[in-house]
Amino acid sequence: MNNNNFSKITFTINNRRMVKTISSSMLLIDLIRDEIGLKGTKPGCLEGECGACTVLIDGNPVNSCLYLAVNIDGKEVTTVEGLSQGDSLDPVQQALINHGGIQCGFCTPGMVMIIKSFQRECDEKAVKPDREQIKKAIEGNLCRCTGYTKIIEAVESLFP
Amino acid sequence: MKKELRVIGKPTPKLDANIRASGQAVFGHDLVLPNMLHGAILRAAHPSADIISIDTSEAEKLPGVVCVITADDVDVNNISYRRDHPILKKGEVNCIRDEIAAAAADTKAAALKALSLIKVKYRMKQGIFDPFEALKEDAPRINKFYADEENKNIAHAFHYQHGDLEAQKAKSAVMVKNRYILPRVTHCCMETCAITADYSKTEKRLTLYSVTQVPFLYQRDMAHALKMEPSNIRIIQTVIGGGFGSKLDMYPYEPICALLSIKIGRPVQILFSREEEFIASPTRQPMVMDLTTGADKEGRFTFREVNIIKDNGAYTSWGATTPFVMMQTFSSLYQVPACKFDSYAVYTNNVYAGSFRGYGNPQATFALERNIYLMAEELDMDKAEIRLLNANFQGETTGQGLIFSTCGHGEALKYVIDKSGYQSKKGNNGVGRYRRGIGLASMLHVGGGAKIYRSDGCGTTVKFDSFGYLTIITGSTEIGQGSETVLAMIASEELGISLDKIRVINTDTDVKPWDVGVHASRTSFVAGNSLLGAVNKLKEKISPRAAAMLKTTVDDLEYVNGLINSQKTGEAVKIDKVIRDIHFRAPNELCIESYYYEPGSEFQDKKYMGNVSGTYAFAAQAVEVEVDTYTGNVEVLDVYVAQDVGKVLNPLGLAGQIEGGVVMGMGYALIEEMKVDEGRILNPSFHDYKLPTACDIPEIHFYPIETNDPAGPYGAKGVGEAPLIPTPAAIANAVSDALGIKIDELPITPEKVLKAVQSGKSEKIN
Repeated sequence: MNNNNFSKITFTINNRRMVKTISSSMLLIDLIRDEIGLKGTKPGCLEGECGACTVLIDGNPVNSCLYLAVNIDGKEVTTVEGLSQGDSLDPVQQALINHGGIQCGFCTPGMVMIIKSFQRECDEKAVKPDREQIKKAIEGNLCRCTGYTKIIEAVESLFP
Repeated sequence: MKKELRVIGKPTPKLDANIRASGQAVFGHDLVLPNMLHGAILRAAHPSADIISIDTSEAEKLPGVVCVITADDVDVNNISYRRDHPILKKGEVNCIRDEIAAAAADTKAAALKALSLIKVKYRMKQGIFDPFEALKEDAPRINKFYADEENKNIAHAFHYQHGDLEAQKAKSAVMVKNRYILPRVTHCCMETCAITADYSKTEKRLTLYSVTQVPFLYQRDMAHALKMEPSNIRIIQTVIGGGFGSKLDMYPYEPICALLSIKIGRPVQILFSREEEFIASPTRQPMVMDLTTGADKEGRFTFREVNIIKDNGAYTSWGATTPFVMMQTFSSLYQVPACKFDSYAVYTNNVYAGSFRGYGNPQATFALERNIYLMAEELDMDKAEIRLLNANFQGETTGQGLIFSTCGHGEALKYVIDKSGYQSKKGNNGVGRYRRGIGLASMLHVGGGAKIYRSDGCGTTVKFDSFGYLTIITGSTEIGQGSETVLAMIASEELGISLDKIRVINTDTDVKPWDVGVHASRTSFVAGNSLLGAVNKLKEKISPRAAAMLKTTVDDLEYVNGLINSQKTGEAVKIDKVIRDIHFRAPNELCIESYYYEPGSEFQDKKYMGNVSGTYAFAAQAVEVEVDTYTGNVEVLDVYVAQDVGKVLNPLGLAGQIEGGVVMGMGYALIEEMKVDEGRILNPSFHDYKLPTACDIPEIHFYPIETNDPAGPYGAKGVGEAPLIPTPAAIANAVSDALGIKIDELPITPEKVLKAVQSGKSEKIN
């Protein structure tokens, strides 16, 4: 169903199939936070500069504040809430906790998602990234608390 | 024999990190209440104008709009500690942030649409955007609410002096006079401002879900603003997405949100966009400092004379009191026999400044450490040696009356000089396009609270349940710095129970005991001591019963692994069994105790003399940079940090504070600046206001110095602000070392560096 302003879309979010009729101009972040109620994805700037709203679409990271929600039709969305496996956190989340990579935590969901996609990319290519590659991978995600060092150390720990 | 510490000093991940990592933490932006409306604020279109009329009729007719308010609709008091700030502006606007009207609607979009339908007619006035212009006799009065007849545009002046200035000038072999210009930068908390107000018309009570750093002062200020009883206002702090001092004051958006909720009787939420955050949240004080310093021919410091003009903006915030801290640096960082300090916060039609991590100290330290560099050059003296010669020492009482009962200043300097290889690197700048430089700077900051309010204390209640789990109800606030974890570690250490059996409650003014707030690097020190007091009282209740059960004496007991042991007999009893025994056997009692800790510091007199903090933190940094002389770009390669932290409580949290502070200081030194033209912000976005990213960060080498201060919990001092304070000064000194150019201004942009190099001002290039 597509009329002028509304679209019906079918997608998967955190392994749950959903059908929604939404405004064609709705941003993905608003669909996730306000329509579906998953508040883990954070609005930091709504202009694609801070990375706090990063989610994965078919495994690839996007700024959900710059992405029209209609474009997830037929796709698979993963948010920070979808990473935990059963009762345990994802290794990326656990690494950030253990290495002190979380202070106020507002940038954390976006960091978790960008690191998750980077980890998959490295695993697929079977490469162990160096420090500079790690910095480059998270460069688009701003953090005002940690000075990044502990986040970088957390990522390093994922590639023993 | 000193007890071996089992928990304190061990790297401990933050206990509140899990909810943040998994997306479950409820920040101000995440809160949803039933029946909640969305508020938005109309701000001034011009920084200086009379308001001829405001017409809200079209806005009120818009479907979905529930309420529109202007100054005419509310009966309120001014806010700010000078009471010079109207919540909604009437008759005139004096800065671009000024709140004129607010709307509440079913959706955020409808609220914003309503604002666009409000018609405001202005009569434009020529604003004053330069504090030096505002100081001229013929300048108009900018803020009519703070009446100082003599100095109509001075919001707050500070005058301090110790020693015989003229005698010390006469002794001086060198005198350096310089002007320093510090920019307007802002906190850039990753979460923008957020508030949800929920007024119950039946209960006549207001609940505010707030991101404040100072809930009890905020409750009082809010009550004054709204003409309510403070106790009818309950402050619940959401998870706070960054503070850094920005939430030390209450700002108009907060009572405005409350007013909308009070009018309507439904919850109302106001969330800032990032652009609004840049325009309408506080900044660090921009200032111009004229500093003259002297030293004798051996390099001993003789005097300091400083005059500071601070751009206060149109209204006053706690930030206007930053000279409290700045004068400590001028009066007491390194030994100095005479100091004269004058500062003036001057009203302008610019956006108003607030408090920001370091509270004026990064600015003061920048000016002072640059002058030290220049004095060493004139004396032809080594820049490390001159600092070591004048370093503060244990047992020193400074000219201002600060008492350094412990002092790691000299040791911190020695560490960074040694670890950075300063002596072999200084002046060794290389040839060609890339030049290297190394710079030093120190800092002094309060490390045991700061008694600038009538009490600098913190209350704590501790409560054991029947199963041996402990709840710590603390007045203090977590803003990401790790205080919950440190408090839990202290309780775990003292009571011998594991961290997973400890909960920290710290977000509700109806529940938690009073605390002055999270600022001045005070929480571990003040809240830590408060908790120790409460735990000791709890043990005084538990130990006699445990001793009776174990047929031994109280001094024989040891709390460990959830047990209370007799060290003599090796017999043990589970702690929860003792708690149940106290509860269920006459005289039946619960294991709950409270304690209020007040640091042994002094409220300074009118001359600002007195020992304002329970203890003082010292640090030194050495920074190595590489400058690209073709582009002017400065790369920070290595930062060596040695800091007197008293005692390391949680090494993981401590390192995070150091690294975060250094990188924030780096942003201030090199890239951050709010560009303002005639009162308007030109770069209100992360696209145009750059923050450091992961790719910009240097290697940070940290050396904690443990001076074991007798006043601190386990000997600890405050750490949070310190790491940011010397970084800009050390970077500037490193760039000077690399190029031989003077750095009098921040940020040190490539443009400024290139200009200095190309204009032949560099002694080392060309």
